[in-house]
Amino acid sequence: MAEFSLPANSVVKQGTVFKAEEGVKNIKRFIIYRYDPGSGENPRTDTYEVDMDTCGPMVLDGLLKIKDQMDSSLSLRRSCREGICGSCSMNIDGANTLACTKAISDIKGDVKVYPLPHQPVVKDLVSDLTNFYAQYASVEPWMKTDSATPPDRERLQSKEDREKLDGLYECILCACCSTSCPSYWWNSDRYLGPAALLNAYRWIVDTRDEATGDRLDDLEDPFKLYRCHTIMNCAKVCPKGLNPAKAIAETKKLLVQRKM
Amino acid sequence: MSDLRTPLSRVKGLGSAKDGTVHFWHQRLTALALIPLVLWFGFGLASLPSDYTTLTGFIQNPVVAVGLILLIIMVFYHAQLGLQIVLEDYVSSHAKRTVAIILSGFINLIFAIVGIVAVLKILLGA
Repeated sequence: MAEFSLPANSVVKQGTVFKAEEGVKNIKRFIIYRYDPGSGENPRTDTYEVDMDTCGPMVLDGLLKIKDQMDSSLSLRRSCREGICGSCSMNIDGANTLACTKAISDIKGDVKVYPLPHQPVVKDLVSDLTNFYAQYASVEPWMKTDSATPPDRERLQSKEDREKLDGLYECILCACCSTSCPSYWWNSDRYLGPAALLNAYRWIVDTRDEATGDRLDDLEDPFKLYRCHTIMNCAKVCPKGLNPAKAIAETKKLLVQRKM
Repeated sequence: MSDLRTPLSRVKGLGSAKDGTVHFWHQRLTALALIPLVLWFGFGLASLPSDYTTLTGFIQNPVVAVGLILLIIMVFYHAQLGLQIVLEDYVSSHAKRTVAIILSGFINLIFAIVGIVAVLKILLGA
């Protein structure tokens, strides 16, 4: 039932310290999780002394500087460097966030960088999000209609109805929320997690969609939806400032409403 | 990988149980009901001198007996709903979880019946 000891390869060891060059005055220490599952070695944390006088302001700038100039073996995902692609989500200074929008100056002391919690690690800061993406696909995040599209125009929506999608459509699927959720840690094989549920709700409240009932049917499940216990880590870490917990609560409200 | 199913097939699993809403709703309703019931019984009990005859006399009042039975039902129903959530959260083995939930249901049911019978015994003076 309960596992009181962790597998041997989960023990994180001390790794190498990469010293700054002589004469560098403005140093920030980056402590970064390193793991290569294929190597057979335990994970370790390497320490890099980064010269802040020649480094950009964001954590991603620091990581890329390390990869370019200090240790090219460091693996991480990144693309847009402006908080819209969601690739560089990782655990920085104890909380999930995007490396590209997290300022180094906001972090007191050393910059500790780990991959997203409780996901399989592909290498270093790259985690395997296969299950997360499949969960997103499972809520069928596209418009479903029975009535035909009007031949002469789009499917219309009032401004008020469109506003209901604000705070939902902005999700970039970075997985910061889901991987910060304890319920998701314990039951991610069956619990859909905050990101997938927020996106499910985005289609539930879309007035143009005609599958609202089916969508609610699919979510009405002790594990898929009701593992959410309003812990609120999701809302706390979302780098886009969204509130998945509220979307989940609204979904629960609709499920109760249709029974009354 | 030993499992050749697609990730989507694994996530969809056995589909939705179409269940959980009543559980969620009843957990909140019983929580709300317990606020006045616990306050009423707690303060009622605290305001009494603690000897056997006053206490049985207090419970022999039909209004008190009804309130007390209601409190017992709500407490153990709420406890069972909460325990089920805890077991579902933390017991990952399907078989152990199922057995644990059934067992906790029986235990809470027995506790509730024992409580109600005790109140009825005092009420009816048997």
